[in-house]
Amino acid sequence: MSSVTEWMGITAMISKTGYLIREGFRGIFTHKFMSFATVAVIVACLIIMGSLGVVSVNISSLIHNLEQENEVVAFVEENLSEEEARGLEASISGIENVASVEYVTKETAMDNFMKDYDSVLMEGIDSSVFRNRYVVHLNDISKMLETRDALAAIPGIAKVNAHIDYANGFITVRNIVTVISLVLVAVLVLVSFFIMSNTIKLATFSRQDEIAIMRMVGATNGFIRLPFVVEGLVLGIVGALIAFFAQWGLYELVTGKVMETIAGTFVNVVPFKELALPVMLVFLAIGIVIGGFGGVNAIRNYLKV
Amino acid sequence: MVEMKDVSMVYQSSQTEALYHVNVTINEGEFVFLVGPSGSGKTTITKLLTGEIQPTEGSIIVNGFDMGQLKKNKVPKMRRTIGVVFQDFRLIPHMNVYDNVAFAMRVVGAPEKNIQERVPQMLELVGLEGNEKRFPEEMSGGEQQRIGIARALVNNPRMIIADEPTGNLDPVRSLELMLILEKINNEMGTTILVVTHEKELVNAFSKRVIAIEDGRVISDGMDGYYGYDQ
Repeated sequence: MSSVTEWMGITAMISKTGYLIREGFRGIFTHKFMSFATVAVIVACLIIMGSLGVVSVNISSLIHNLEQENEVVAFVEENLSEEEARGLEASISGIENVASVEYVTKETAMDNFMKDYDSVLMEGIDSSVFRNRYVVHLNDISKMLETRDALAAIPGIAKVNAHIDYANGFITVRNIVTVISLVLVAVLVLVSFFIMSNTIKLATFSRQDEIAIMRMVGATNGFIRLPFVVEGLVLGIVGALIAFFAQWGLYELVTGKVMETIAGTFVNVVPFKELALPVMLVFLAIGIVIGGFGGVNAIRNYLKV
Repeated sequence: MVEMKDVSMVYQSSQTEALYHVNVTINEGEFVFLVGPSGSGKTTITKLLTGEIQPTEGSIIVNGFDMGQLKKNKVPKMRRTIGVVFQDFRLIPHMNVYDNVAFAMRVVGAPEKNIQERVPQMLELVGLEGNEKRFPEEMSGGEQQRIGIARALVNNPRMIIADEPTGNLDPVRSLELMLILEKINNEMGTTILVVTHEKELVNAFSKRVIAIEDGRVISDGMDGYYGYDQ
């Protein structure tokens, strides 16, 4: 093949692609109302989805913070010398799932105790009633039981205190939150997909003639489909961008209000800038998928030969 | 060129027998009227020739394509060898005259340079030069159908199938339209198949007439439309 015909092939392809993309954009403007309705649906669905997402991220982070406070205490045998007791640290931190370990002497333990309770009552108490101990924080509280047993198995550890029931409570709450948000997000994705594809279908309905003519003059299905896909993609992306900024505003507004209330004193909200990238990416991905497939799905019926 | 051999068509959904052992050959460059009352099977023949449906029995060759064996992905290629003119014009209302004609070239991926060259030629052929910027709704039925012809012709098909092209036109406009089709047939050698039930129009031309009734070809010759019942 000569380079001239090759070049002609390429220019024809470019002009064809350009035409198809122009057609996609033209579709958006010639069917303003439909485009508006489609974008509105995507924005609404994404914001509901996104709000659910950021709320569940905040709940997770809250639970995680609380989990971190749920410490395991390993008491050291009383007959161990100070040096021997300190020597246990290496075996404790060697256990899988141990995030941090801190040695607390009985004196410090007493001081902490006195601070927490009414020190007047405790006056005269000797630090020897307390034991030297290790305060252990875990990576994963769902494995608290195994970790507790591993700690108890270390020679020189007399007793391990672990609030398994609290841990289980946290795990249950977290699981429920995760499942509920996943289910709701899945439902919303489906709902927006159908609304989107019906909206484009309505837009296509008014273009039946156009499609019929395209088929009659021998346009391939791919060629007929492409402007609709471009249209769906553009609407999806526009919807995602609008939803992102709306979500941002909404988040700042709501978290601002929450922080003003009493809840603000014990709740730490995750700042939006930490969420921005994942929210943006997820919105774009969903917008693109819903838009593209919505476009394809909408004209499927018209493409039967 | 069309070759229908022993073609029968039964619609599965309604079990109606639309065509019954039809044998028709239309040679390259012919001008043929296909006539018959409504429900006789004219539309079925058009649909078979454009590949919208496939025959239950028999074989159909259109411009070298075996329609019974035609794979779905080959249908577009086959359709580029024919141009279709519709009774209801089927113009795109939001496109001007030029774009309506250019549309047919654009959707088959023709380069813009060829489009700019070809569209004005076609508009001139149907007598609509200078109307490029007008919109279909501003134009008369006759003019709209001429846009339809220009569009059918713009990809240089070997055959034009006009399905009741004058159904929405008054007799004078109908005659004008037929003269344009005749001119195309004479000057460009394009095969023309006009499906119609308008007796006067057919009889005004001495062309080959294939009459069909009840799914059967009942006459085929040069003796005018209702030759068989006169």
